[in-house]
Amino acid sequence: PPRRRRRKKKESKTRLVRSSLLLPEAEPEKSKRTVLACNRLKTTKYTALSFLPKNLFEQFHRLANVYFVFIALLNFVPAVNAFQPELALAPVLFILAVTAIKDLWEDYSRYLSDKEINHMECLVYSRNEKKYISRYWKEVKVGDFVQLRCNEIIPADILLLSSSDPDGLCHIETANLDGETNLKQRQVVRKFLELVKFDPLKFTSVIECEKPNNDLSRFRGYIIHKSGKKDGLFKENLLLRGCTIRNTEEVAGIVIYAGHETKALLNNNGPRYKRSKLERQMNADVLWCVLILLIMCLFSAIGHGLWVWQYGEKKKPIFDVPGPDGKYLSPVLASVYLFLTVIIVFQVLIPISLYVSIEIVKICQVYFIHQDKDLYDEETDSQLQCRALNITEDLGQVQFIFSDKTGTLTENKMVFRRCTVSGTEYSHDDNVWDGISWRYYRVLLMGTGMQKLSTEEESRNEKDITPDPRLLEKVNECAKHLEVMRSHDQPLSHLSPELCDVFDFFIALTICNTVVVTAPNQPRQKAEKIFFKFGLSVLSSTSTDSTLLKLEEKLAYSAQMNNNGYGSQQGRTAVGSAPGEGELRYEAESPDEAALVYAARAYNCSLVGRLSDQVSVELPHLGTLSFEVLHTLGFDSIRKRMSVVVRHPLTDEINVYTKGADSVVMDLLLPYDPRGKHQKKIRSKTQNYLNLYAVDGLRTLCIAKRVLSKEEYGCWLKTHLEAESSIENREELLFQSALRIEKNLHLLGATGIEDRLQDGVPETIASLRKAGLQIWVLTGDKQETAVNIAYACKLLDHDEEIITLNAESPETCAVLLEQCLQCVESKFSSNTIDEATGNMTIGFTPFYPPPSSVLSSLGLVIDGRTLAYALEPTLEDKFLALAKRCRSVLCCRSTPLQKSMVVKLVRDKLKAMTLAIGDGANDVSMIQVADVGVGISGQEGMQAVMASDFAIPRFRHLEKLLLVHGHWCYSRLANMVLYFFYKNAMFVALLFWYQFYCGFSGSSMIDQWYLIFFNLFFSSLPQLITGVLDKDVPAEVLIAVPQLYKSGQNMEEYQPHMFWMNMIDAMYQSLVCFFIPYFTYYDSEVDIFSWGTPITTIALFTIILHLAIETKTWTFLHWSSCIFSIVLFFFVALVYNASCPVCHPPSNPYWTMERLMGDPMFYFTCIISPVVALLPRYCILTLQGTLFPTQLQLGRQLSKLSPETRTQLLTKLNVKDTACQTRLFTDSFSPSLGSNASDGYKANNQSTPLPASPQTGESLFREHTKAEHKTDQTAAASHQGAVLHEENKLPTSASSLERSVGFHEVRCGTSEVESLPLGAAFPWSSAVEQADFSLLKWITSTPLFSHVGTVLQVSPSSLQNETQDSMCVLGSSLDFKGLKEQSSNNLEEKMKGTPTDHCKNDNSETTFL
Amino acid sequence: GKKNYKADGHPSGGVGVPGGGAVGGGGGGAVKTRKPDNTAFKQQRLPAWQPILTAGTVLPAFFIIGLIFIPIGIGIFVTSNNIREYEIDYTGTEPSSPCNKCLNVSWDSTPPCTCTINFTLEHSFESNVFMYYGLSNFYQNHRRYVKSRDDSQLNGDNSSLLNPSKECEPYRTNEDKPIAPCGAIANSMFNDTLELYRIDNDTRTPITLIKKGIAWWTDKNVKFRNPTGDGNNLTALFQGTTKPVNWPKPVYMLDSEPDNNGFINEDFIVWMRTAALPTFRKLYRLIERKNNLQPTLQAGKYSLDIAYNYPVHSFDGRKRMILSTISWMGGKNPFLGIAYITVGSICFFLGVVLLIIHHKYGNRNTSADIPN
Repeated sequence: PPRRRRRKKKESKTRLVRSSLLLPEAEPEKSKRTVLACNRLKTTKYTALSFLPKNLFEQFHRLANVYFVFIALLNFVPAVNAFQPELALAPVLFILAVTAIKDLWEDYSRYLSDKEINHMECLVYSRNEKKYISRYWKEVKVGDFVQLRCNEIIPADILLLSSSDPDGLCHIETANLDGETNLKQRQVVRKFLELVKFDPLKFTSVIECEKPNNDLSRFRGYIIHKSGKKDGLFKENLLLRGCTIRNTEEVAGIVIYAGHETKALLNNNGPRYKRSKLERQMNADVLWCVLILLIMCLFSAIGHGLWVWQYGEKKKPIFDVPGPDGKYLSPVLASVYLFLTVIIVFQVLIPISLYVSIEIVKICQVYFIHQDKDLYDEETDSQLQCRALNITEDLGQVQFIFSDKTGTLTENKMVFRRCTVSGTEYSHDDNVWDGISWRYYRVLLMGTGMQKLSTEEESRNEKDITPDPRLLEKVNECAKHLEVMRSHDQPLSHLSPELCDVFDFFIALTICNTVVVTAPNQPRQKAEKIFFKFGLSVLSSTSTDSTLLKLEEKLAYSAQMNNNGYGSQQGRTAVGSAPGEGELRYEAESPDEAALVYAARAYNCSLVGRLSDQVSVELPHLGTLSFEVLHTLGFDSIRKRMSVVVRHPLTDEINVYTKGADSVVMDLLLPYDPRGKHQKKIRSKTQNYLNLYAVDGLRTLCIAKRVLSKEEYGCWLKTHLEAESSIENREELLFQSALRIEKNLHLLGATGIEDRLQDGVPETIASLRKAGLQIWVLTGDKQETAVNIAYACKLLDHDEEIITLNAESPETCAVLLEQCLQCVESKFSSNTIDEATGNMTIGFTPFYPPPSSVLSSLGLVIDGRTLAYALEPTLEDKFLALAKRCRSVLCCRSTPLQKSMVVKLVRDKLKAMTLAIGDGANDVSMIQVADVGVGISGQEGMQAVMASDFAIPRFRHLEKLLLVHGHWCYSRLANMVLYFFYKNAMFVALLFWYQFYCGFSGSSMIDQWYLIFFNLFFSSLPQLITGVLDKDVPAEVLIAVPQLYKSGQNMEEYQPHMFWMNMIDAMYQSLVCFFIPYFTYYDSEVDIFSWGTPITTIALFTIILHLAIETKTWTFLHWSSCIFSIVLFFFVALVYNASCPVCHPPSNPYWTMERLMGDPMFYFTCIISPVVALLPRYCILTLQGTLFPTQLQLGRQLSKLSPETRTQLLTKLNVKDTACQTRLFTDSFSPSLGSNASDGYKANNQSTPLPASPQTGESLFREHTKAEHKTDQTAAASHQGAVLHEENKLPTSASSLERSVGFHEVRCGTSEVESLPLGAAFPWSSAVEQADFSLLKWITSTPLFSHVGTVLQVSPSSLQNETQDSMCVLGSSLDFKGLKEQSSNNLEEKMKGTPTDHCKNDNSETTFL
Repeated sequence: GKKNYKADGHPSGGVGVPGGGAVGGGGGGAVKTRKPDNTAFKQQRLPAWQPILTAGTVLPAFFIIGLIFIPIGIGIFVTSNNIREYEIDYTGTEPSSPCNKCLNVSWDSTPPCTCTINFTLEHSFESNVFMYYGLSNFYQNHRRYVKSRDDSQLNGDNSSLLNPSKECEPYRTNEDKPIAPCGAIANSMFNDTLELYRIDNDTRTPITLIKKGIAWWTDKNVKFRNPTGDGNNLTALFQGTTKPVNWPKPVYMLDSEPDNNGFINEDFIVWMRTAALPTFRKLYRLIERKNNLQPTLQAGKYSLDIAYNYPVHSFDGRKRMILSTISWMGGKNPFLGIAYITVGSICFFLGVVLLIIHHKYGNRNTSADIPN
């Protein structure tokens, strides 16, 4: 058998791998056989032997278990024992057993899946048979040679040594690893590239590489050949376990890391443990229970001491039994013993089954969340995943949502929308994505029953770009020219600069990327097996049929082209291939890249092939051009750009094509320009358009090129090669090297790519916001783009005041924050004056008046740099104070670290429950920091999902997840926990009261069996059912009235006082349950257990009926569980009492139950006691539900209404809201917006920063401060305009007039709609108004009608709706005016202080949003 | 792509999910989606009843409870009131009491201190009369006391007879002999003797007191058994054991009748059923109604002869003799009847209050929520 050897170098952190085929040398055993993972996968925790000790050890980490074992063991001490010792152990053993079985089952399923994976087969080279033979995965060892075929899953981390691909390439799909479905290229190790046929037997090299680590994106090492030559190894040479081979017939390689040392498994950390807020609160109450227990025990102990003491030394009563030695205990000793005894008796007060029950309930809750079909996304065939099982109830208490933008709010499906080439804008108007008609199309498809592959639908958006006719013409013209020139051997420089730019622009789009071309005859397939337990394989498209027709057209077209063309380097054209070949597909690392390549293809400039050193581009007229790729300088987030260095096939020049963020690329352009003014003009024009794109919410990229002279290139090449070959510090050196070449660029143009909003994002955000959640968006995008997306998704509202914080230094940041705080505070104080009117116009939430501490109409926009300053310890409080006041916060250009810092800040300082949602690797830290981390299983891979507690397919699913499931989970669990405490306290109190009548002797009238099993069996099932299935408010209502979510945020279901209320109720109920039987059987011949059994029965009835009162929704499961519990109790009691006449000392309850059931008094007692016990609770709940109903109760009532009336009512509640939506729609989607905004931009740029500039009327109050570039002075900040929308009565442009008029129409309409039906809604109100003012007052005091109340109160004073409306507008404008005055005062002061600075500011190019 | 086209070529490939987006890539006909089943249970849409606690909805419940409870209460109350009960405290703490002389009697006093108490029944007792002795301030429910017995010994188990359970300590053995019956309960058995005489024109007619049938049937026949062995001679069967310390005679001399002697002596069995509360009574004798013409106990004078053996004064206990008739609901206890009447009335009252609330404010919930 092949043997592996391995040596661990002591001095360095590397590993040596040799071929296992080499003959075993003399010293095989000498090398320390340190544990080197073989490829066997073992994720199980236990073995058959270690299970019991290990599991018990783990369980005893839980304090409660230790406590109960201690109590049980206490029973073995004769002096203090209360129960039969064996029996007392039963519940603890039961709980331990249940947990152990659960663990065992989990471990077993892990074992099964391990086994399945271990027994997958792969081809391993055998030394004896001299060929590859099939082996199990688990038999693969380090140093083995493995051969893999297309679509096989890689069994271990393998160094690629041979590939059937002539260029030594291999494509892999890493979906199992990170969810990314695009193909990635891997290369054969350089030296083996030359080998014609790879023979494992001849492999004598030694590989030295890193120790196993979990960094998927890095692999370093080198291979030492026998000759002593070294070759570097990179991540491109490594095939990672779990990935799938694609597009490559056959590869072979040597195993470097196996089993648990593979990067895939090192990355698998398993589920995380978090403790929920509710659980923390519960633990505090458990401590209170301990305290109560101790007090009760102490009380009993003292009572017993006194009781013993009162009989004195001499005249011991006949019923006081001396100890076994015949001596009586002293009162003190007796009370000490008794203390321990009653701890045993009262132990149930600490709910033994609480933790187990909660775990069971949570598992079931998770199951139901999983099963919700509303959280299933058909397009990706993915559903919600709960990765953290124990924080379901936290979902119901979230206060802050921190969201990523790209991929979370947006689709991350990029659509090429606009471009600028050489200063000319091509608007591509035909590409404006029309959501409505597209949806209509989709409906049509569904309707005809066509099998619609959803991904195909999606990609249609990406691929199908209608070219702009002007630009297309230019491309054709350019190509024609080139063709002519080439045929006449003219130099290309004769081309006009613009056409030249156009040509280069498209070449850059086509080749400056890492897109992999896939032909459909090498279909990508999904691994049939779900490889990793945690893996979510995102299924991707496969179909090509639908585009077949178009393809044929295209082929015909290109064939025609080719007929005209000549001399083309015919590497591979589409002509030769039959229609069957199908269309090429592009697989890109980021969707942006693919979008650009598809865009270029629309202009007939299509990428047809990419090899490691060559890119083939097919062009009209010119045929296929092959660019020799000299270098690819990959994208990184610091440089924010990528470049390719190619040799141009037509000119033979060395060109650098760079593509990157505009902010970066613009700075790298040629400092001076040979083409003078023209170039400058192009540059400023492009910048203009870039800003415009950003305003439109497009993602912008700049395309530039540089022509290198041979000398320059040679010079650079030298250093670059050095950098490439170094092992240490290579990244850094490569980075430096890239910086050296990416300069003095020539700007070609810019692109604008649209990232569409996901379906339902604005609605979800609106709904979440109504639910009282503050939504912060943290994005890495630039401010303009982010702000526009924020408007589009209704995060920012157009009648909202936006505070923008941009500071260049910590000092300015401090000043800014201070000023904003003051502004906000002053506004806040002035706002309180006309709160009554304000509420009427702004506060349309009928359930809650807008909380006065939060200004509902304030938005904060902050950029990354300012955020960094604001997060300094000195400023963070101010920042937070400001952010708290804002309805929404938008942080742009923030790094992953900043994201997590913001979340942490809010979480720690505001003690708020935070939720972070994101989809990319850059959101991981934020997701981990937040109380609840939600990952979106979207386009950017699985890292976010891996780190998250919950993974959802779409952002819109958040709504149901939080509002419905979160609320349910929270309310269920909160109620269950409270009920648990109540139940145990009530039961134990019964025993406590008995101590007063048995001389505090620790005696119990309840049979020990009942006592021990009461919690475990008789009363556990109903509460579990309720905990899992109860619905306090139906899902539809929760969705329709998001305000109901606030109950969770305010912890309304489980407030600290509720614990005590429950305790008091428990005390009362136990008093009733004790004293009714007490008086009934007082001075009768009843014996202990004939008296205790009815009490147990009564307690059971009471406890179950109590639950019944608390249960909001009754299904047959609830009914049957309650009935089952009672039947079970009687059944057990009857069987137990008939089983054995001499067993179960001391109670020996033989025939007790049987006798009781023949006694009518038993039934009479059992009927009256629960009624009396529950009467107060029932009454109070009823009265409260009638007179002061909570939101939830109203919501419940809402669900009772007939659907029509409900919808009617709901529309009424939301009427203002919909009006808002319409308004927003007209605002943001009006075609005039673009031009309007550009006007605004121009106006600002022409340095007319009038404070009341009408063009900036989009926001009511916009404060913009721009710190100075050159002098970092403290006072450099200045305000630039505080504008009030309503004040814009002097519109200068027609469009803004139009808009504001439209706005007012909507607004008037709104208030009419709102107040009219309300008037009509209460036909009795007019009559009542004067007659019964107190009634009116009373109505208004209930929350639902508080809003209505204000309307009613005001309406007598305002005669007509119109006047009322105008009045409020007036009121609010007064309010704004005041503020504006203040801020303009501020501004004046500032202007006086630094007039020059101000002027300079005006000239700076980015001045507003 | 074979599989690819296969997926496309078979439009039925994904029809399994109606209206659903069958997702490509699965290949072939076995399209497996993760789409959750649309069942009522999994979607949490089981048919359900959602009660809402408001005045209007719970009104009927209160009235119904009121209407049911008040008649029951009246019934119980009347029944309880029809029960005749007479009680004499013969502890003798008062100096005037005839039993005062016996107050400080000890367990082993021989001959027993006797006293006689005369009393008059105002009303005749029509049906069967139960004669109880009652003890107060006697903690038969003390934890160590309750435990201090050996059930298998009492069940006639021969090994336990000679080797009683440890629970009986320190009343397990006496002078190296096992005690039968062992334990504190047995040791403290009530041993007063009560005799009842009717005084008719100065003649004392003894009233027949039946001492059998006072224990539970199951106790007498199942739970308590005498040791088994050769013959029925209890003395022989209990050989090797000794009497409890406080007892004057061994267990096999409790009664003359063999089927009421030893462990199956009914007085003993009744005593062994430990009382739940410190004030309790235990059935002592039955007085059966002779014929239909005569009440069991006529109104008139009676005298109670007490052989006072049981000391309770040391722990402030009280001893009583109770005569009581019995009904279907047991002895006289007005509490439950009153409780039922009270609760019924309260519910009725609450019902009225809620009706008023509902009438005054309740419309709000129905009409105000639905403004139209």
